[in-house]
Amino acid sequence: MRVVTYGEWQPLWLLLAVCFLLLPVAANAQTADDDFRAVVAEFGDANFREKESVAERLLETGHASARAVLTALLEDRFFFRQQDQQPFIVESSDENLSSFALIDPASLEAAGTSEPDQLDRVITNNRLRRFLRITIARFALSSPDADVRVDAVKQMLRSLDAASIELLRERAIEETNSSVSYEIDTALALAALDEDEGSARVAAINTLADRLSPEVYNRLSLLLERDEDGNFIEGNEDARLAATEAIRRIDAARNVYSIIETAFFGLSLGSVLALAAIGLTITFGVSGVINLAHGELLMLGAYTTYVVQLAMPNHIDVSILVAIPAAFLVTGAVGVLIERSIIRFLYGRPLETLLATFGVSLLLQQFVRSVFTANNRPVVTPSWMSGTLQFNEAFSLTYNRMSIVLFTLIVFAILLLVLKRTRVGLEMRAVSQNRLMARALGVRSEWVDAMTFGLGAGIAGVAGVALSQLTNVGPNLGQAYIVDSFLVVVFGGVGNIWGTLIGGMSLGIVNKVLEPFAGAVLGKIFVLVAVILFIQRRPRGLFPQTGRAAESS
Amino acid sequence: MKIGRQALPLLFKDRASCGFLALLTGVALVVPILNVAVPESSPLHLSSYVVGLIGKYLCYAILATAVDLIWGFCGILSLCHAAFFALGGYAIGMYLMRQIGTRGVYGHPVLPDFMVFLNWDALPWFWYGFDRFWFALAMVALVPAALAFVFGWLAFRSRVTGVYFSIMSQALSYALLLAFFRNDMGFGGNNGFTDFKDLLGFDLQSDGTRSALLVVTAATLAASYGACRMIVGSRAGRVIRSIRDAESRTRFLGYSVESYKLWLFVFSAVMAGVAGALYVPQVGIINPSEFEPIKSIEVVIWVAVGGRGTLFGAAAGAILVNYLKTYLTAAFPELWLYALGAIFIGVTIFLPRGLAGLWRSPSQVE
Repeated sequence: MRVVTYGEWQPLWLLLAVCFLLLPVAANAQTADDDFRAVVAEFGDANFREKESVAERLLETGHASARAVLTALLEDRFFFRQQDQQPFIVESSDENLSSFALIDPASLEAAGTSEPDQLDRVITNNRLRRFLRITIARFALSSPDADVRVDAVKQMLRSLDAASIELLRERAIEETNSSVSYEIDTALALAALDEDEGSARVAAINTLADRLSPEVYNRLSLLLERDEDGNFIEGNEDARLAATEAIRRIDAARNVYSIIETAFFGLSLGSVLALAAIGLTITFGVSGVINLAHGELLMLGAYTTYVVQLAMPNHIDVSILVAIPAAFLVTGAVGVLIERSIIRFLYGRPLETLLATFGVSLLLQQFVRSVFTANNRPVVTPSWMSGTLQFNEAFSLTYNRMSIVLFTLIVFAILLLVLKRTRVGLEMRAVSQNRLMARALGVRSEWVDAMTFGLGAGIAGVAGVALSQLTNVGPNLGQAYIVDSFLVVVFGGVGNIWGTLIGGMSLGIVNKVLEPFAGAVLGKIFVLVAVILFIQRRPRGLFPQTGRAAESS
Repeated sequence: MKIGRQALPLLFKDRASCGFLALLTGVALVVPILNVAVPESSPLHLSSYVVGLIGKYLCYAILATAVDLIWGFCGILSLCHAAFFALGGYAIGMYLMRQIGTRGVYGHPVLPDFMVFLNWDALPWFWYGFDRFWFALAMVALVPAALAFVFGWLAFRSRVTGVYFSIMSQALSYALLLAFFRNDMGFGGNNGFTDFKDLLGFDLQSDGTRSALLVVTAATLAASYGACRMIVGSRAGRVIRSIRDAESRTRFLGYSVESYKLWLFVFSAVMAGVAGALYVPQVGIINPSEFEPIKSIEVVIWVAVGGRGTLFGAAAGAILVNYLKTYLTAAFPELWLYALGAIFIGVTIFLPRGLAGLWRSPSQVE
């Protein structure tokens, strides 16, 4: 029998106390929600005129969900349930849906589903819709958050009418944020394209010449088209010239951005390739072992990420940071195991090692199939890696690609430090340059071999963590990357870390540059053939090993 | 070493070769009789399935012999021989597709079904001529030969050797795999060719045709085995072996190492192509998965299991490993990859000379 003391119950008391403290706050929120709900309910039997005033009062409550409700009303997604006359927003009111997903108007949380014929739509007419659009826009334009204001202007410039132009003019005077002003300028210039005065149109076109959004581009190209009679839609010669010039400038800017984007895609693909190949090049450089199981070590790293995420489902954001060392240890241990049990019997027989490690790769694949089934496993991308960094309308970079590039550089930096600044690194370089001499000087070459293989395998595991963010985690993950990794190693020069980095990056960029012209598959074939031809000129890769080590290999 | 200068008498002096050829003759004679002449009720009757299986193994044996010729005797580990095999298969597959004629699903007199399906209205230029058997037969040899010549010429001339050559050949195989997967290539994409009807007017499904194909395959295996023996037994064969053992020294002695390697590689590729051409009518399908790099690596393991540098060992290894595969994939599907992996590791570590090395005394092994 356990004696329960006060001390053991202490956390519970604290919790209760906190609950009591929080109660008034919760009650406050409760009343605000109730007021809001009461106004929302008035939509139920109001006519079109009354709905306008209901909408205005809804905004006056200052409730955070007011805009969502009005937007839903505008988009015909606002309903009352027949059985209890409760208002709901639906996620999508597509006619093909057999059931609508309901959302509570106040909390904006999911509230079950309902069949479409159990719901009554709150109907709108043209006048009400115009009113709503302006009201929502005005509300959004006066939001304290500049991002909301930018979005509102962007929304408005898709369908400009007299009222919204008026609204934007008013806002332009008091707006202090530069990016909001910029968008308002765009919208007003677009509106000015309809002016009667030719010079005003020319001025508007000149303003638009550095805007990259597709709306501006489409609008400007429209100016240069002819109607059915063969007359230009834009009558003014100067305006047409200005428009031609503006389009030329926009095209040039877009080209520059698309080149930067392609280069960046290439770099991120190249980082993946380099990361996948670096382990191979280390093991081959030091111990002359071609490890065909390398792809499966990548796969193990990716599965480690999956397992780590399973173990900490509530901390997905940090799971990747835990997975990196975990994958390094797991695959590194597997690597040392492979080296000690198989590869050490086969040194000096590279072709046989090729076969034995291929056998290992089959074992690992089947092992993963037995444990995790043959289906792909889901790996979640942490929130800090998803999303995009938007520079402007024509150019944005995704965070996960940026993280991969950064991650690759960090791994390379650490690896270089290990090889150049630590005792193990020194011994590895000694063994790779002259094994016999190193042994004569007291280096335990067997131990160095095992460490090298473990290091190469561990880095493969780390690369696997990165891959788990980009591709499907399944038993075939390794095979998809092994041929590419070998190409990178052969291209960059075996055993050369810088060669691998530069080789990976150049193959990545070449791949991405070819893709738009030749398609993904044909582009890849071109790269393969190009590398085969390249090997003709430089049989030992971009950066061949020099000195005595090269002669013996 | 008793290998004489005249190659032909050697064929009959060598006990292992005699045994191998006698066994092959036996199979070619007995299997068709057991299948066609012995009634189905008899316990000695062999089903058509087994006949097809044996035929398939014999095709693999030809492929393995081809790989052994260059790997076992010249030290070139090629990881693209399955690709040559598949190219030969595709060449004969094109002929078989043209033979279907109006019996296809869409009943188009000229275009194969998949082209009608892809809305093509004319035959691509590289399909011309494949309605003639002799042309297809020529292509079976010429296409792999041409590819091997170009690739080998590029590789050997710039002295790409050892592991580098293996990886580059694997990349070549991978490039072909990607290319044949494309629908635009005009080779049926993903699905490849299947639904063949007849070969030279003989129904491919009939027992007679199957047995005849088996006999032809066995004869081809015997012929290619004999050819390989002649090559390795000749003066050129000695040069080839010395290239394997000391390439630089052979070059310094004045031999043109590149041309020896190149012609051996081309010959071996042709053998692989012929094996593929025999394989496709018996199996009834050819698709891009035959180009997968793993297929080529599997061939190497057959050779390693049987014993490299023995030729008959390679053929025996191919049959043995594939029999094991047929058995295991049916009885214990999840065990097959474990078994294959274990064979890879076990053979390389414990049986570097393969099974043939078990009963051949070391002095006899080249």
